[in-house]
Amino acid sequence: MSLSIQPYSAEQPVNPYLDVDLYDPDADLMVLNLGPQHPSTHGVFRVKLILDGEVIVKAIGYPGYLHRGVEKLCEKLNYSNIKAIIDKNDYISPMINEQAVNMAFEKLAGVEVPRRALWLRSLLAEFQRIASHLIALGTFGLDVGGALGGGASAFMYCFRDREMILDVFEELSGCRFHYNTHCVGGNRHDVPAGWDRMVLPALEVIEARLDELVDMMVNNQVFVDRTQGVGVIPKNLALGLGLTGPNGRASGIDCDLRRDAPYNAYGEVEVRPAVRSAGDCQARFLCRVDEIRESARLARLFLAGLPEGPISGTKPNKGPTSVKIKEGRCYVGLSTPRGELGTYLIAGGNKGLSPYRLKIRPPSLHHLASIPYILPGNNLSDAIAILGSLDPVMGEADR
Amino acid sequence: MTDIMDQLLNHPLGRGVLLGGVLVGLMMGVGAFSTYLERKFAGRIQNRLGPTIVGPFGLFQVIADGIKMLRKEIIIPRAADPVLFLLAPIVAVTLTLASAAVIPFAEGMEPVVTSVGLLWLLAFSGLLVFPVWWAGWASNNKYALFGSMRAVAQGVSYEIPLVMAALVPVILAGSLDFGAIVAAQKGGAWFIWSNPVGAIAFIIFFLASLAEANRIPFDIPEAESELIAGPSVEYTGILWGMFPLAEYIHTFIASAVASLMFFGGWLGPGPDGLHWMALKTGALYLAVYWLRWSLVRFRSDQLMRFCWHWLVPISLALIVIATLWVHAGFGGSA
Repeated sequence: MSLSIQPYSAEQPVNPYLDVDLYDPDADLMVLNLGPQHPSTHGVFRVKLILDGEVIVKAIGYPGYLHRGVEKLCEKLNYSNIKAIIDKNDYISPMINEQAVNMAFEKLAGVEVPRRALWLRSLLAEFQRIASHLIALGTFGLDVGGALGGGASAFMYCFRDREMILDVFEELSGCRFHYNTHCVGGNRHDVPAGWDRMVLPALEVIEARLDELVDMMVNNQVFVDRTQGVGVIPKNLALGLGLTGPNGRASGIDCDLRRDAPYNAYGEVEVRPAVRSAGDCQARFLCRVDEIRESARLARLFLAGLPEGPISGTKPNKGPTSVKIKEGRCYVGLSTPRGELGTYLIAGGNKGLSPYRLKIRPPSLHHLASIPYILPGNNLSDAIAILGSLDPVMGEADR
Repeated sequence: MTDIMDQLLNHPLGRGVLLGGVLVGLMMGVGAFSTYLERKFAGRIQNRLGPTIVGPFGLFQVIADGIKMLRKEIIIPRAADPVLFLLAPIVAVTLTLASAAVIPFAEGMEPVVTSVGLLWLLAFSGLLVFPVWWAGWASNNKYALFGSMRAVAQGVSYEIPLVMAALVPVILAGSLDFGAIVAAQKGGAWFIWSNPVGAIAFIIFFLASLAEANRIPFDIPEAESELIAGPSVEYTGILWGMFPLAEYIHTFIASAVASLMFFGGWLGPGPDGLHWMALKTGALYLAVYWLRWSLVRFRSDQLMRFCWHWLVPISLALIVIATLWVHAGFGGSA
């Protein structure tokens, strides 16, 4: 069988709007619906694949199976209630998501956040980034190695390590997930006594075990064969589609909001984002590995330098109507483990108690937009590896 | 009493019924117990405990799983071909058991006495491509069809290095009979180290039998991450259970054959016998698990390239070297 379709490259771009009738009138093409109920689509994402043998000719992504109308709900809920449902958007990194909306509210309400809260938020964000990337690495193992094989072992190791971060969060906020710890004007939970004795060993163990994971996965020839040069996203395509985060940085886009538009306490420390140029599955995997190391370093800095003082600039939240924003509009972007999470807020709905409109820019949706470009020309097995390497979270993409 | 036993064992039919019954029971036991062993082993690899609840050390998990599987409803999809659909798992188990009929677990203990034991075994395990193909075709499911087409391509391709690697001990021993092959390895001259080609031939044989038995890193027909479970995706209950059973038994047989042909079978330091065979087979069997739970999966085109670019030429060269080695008068008792 001659392969008349080649994977995407800067010299030879793939046409995502290919008319399959023009591709090869004699070809025996097959339509395969990958998802929405499929073990490897990371949630309910459907890709309609048109296959020539095992080679993908055309791929069409259909997001929206997890649409819950979060943005519309936000127009009905009070400001202090919104973050509880925003938690569930990117359910792999709820800590950073609830901070994103709070930052927008604080910006419009003009509330001063105390310095200790800023440092604590940065610290929690870095922990969350480690936990989120551990899931990304583990599930990528599942995607290339199968649920009954070496990939499952990698998955188990990653989840075991992530468990320690959840323990740390539980100690702080009482929740292992969906913390609801950020408030307008500060944080709800201060660091408990002796927390660092729990945090520092956990970081050490995670870093040591990360080396083992790299030994097992990245230094394994089978893994290299499966990931190197697979699913290449050239820099111009990544820029055009708005890829951010580790996926964008793996394609050579040297951009990280923590460094380029500092928020929280990131302006006070040096952030060194991991940048690679290959743009393939391996580069995306390695970018995440490097980011875990960088996050562990930052977390230690933030923990050591945690300033004294109050953790909230406002009085304790007495009721749902305590936050009122009459008018204004703002955009707040911050760097989640997946990329730039944007929140565009127009205040003034419901007599100032709710937003008039809250628009969320989910990084995952932009990553999934690359699917029609990079899947054609690849093998069906690689489709799963590429999808996994993008690390989409459908809760956030579909909202 | 012993006279009757001798007479029975000397009669082909009596021998087949008697030893064959023992063998079928043994193989079914191995297949069932393997699920427990593999879960424990994988649990240890993944820092888990594996089954612990049912019975002492979770040993009765096997029985619980068996009852669960037997009681589950057998669902035949409306669009499926019912005859082929039902036939495929049954034939898979039958063929696997039939291929075990010539394996001597101790000297002279094979149910079927034949001078071409290896040929019998390779023929039956080669036929195993058919039930998988039928299962995929009869299911009338795109994922199943994909899986079965991959299985056929892979099975047919890896058959070639498998047979050629198996020919190396045959050339060295000058016989297709397992008894003669083991006898040629007497005195510690196991084929894995008694000659320059044995070790490589063993590796090729082992890898090719992993591919034949659909084990990671060669389990692309099953590929649950993209094809969900390949040919067995539409099967339920005990009909599904027969596929893993056949797979476990096939892997066990491959380990047994590898230990017969390269590690001297029941020969060993100290008294020869069943215990050495069990030890060697068990060690190889665990090595399969070890590989499975620590490696990721190849892609189908890489799998084919690995077979045709590396395994086939190397095994061809091994045959030539083995022939020259025997011709020079170093090996071969026959």
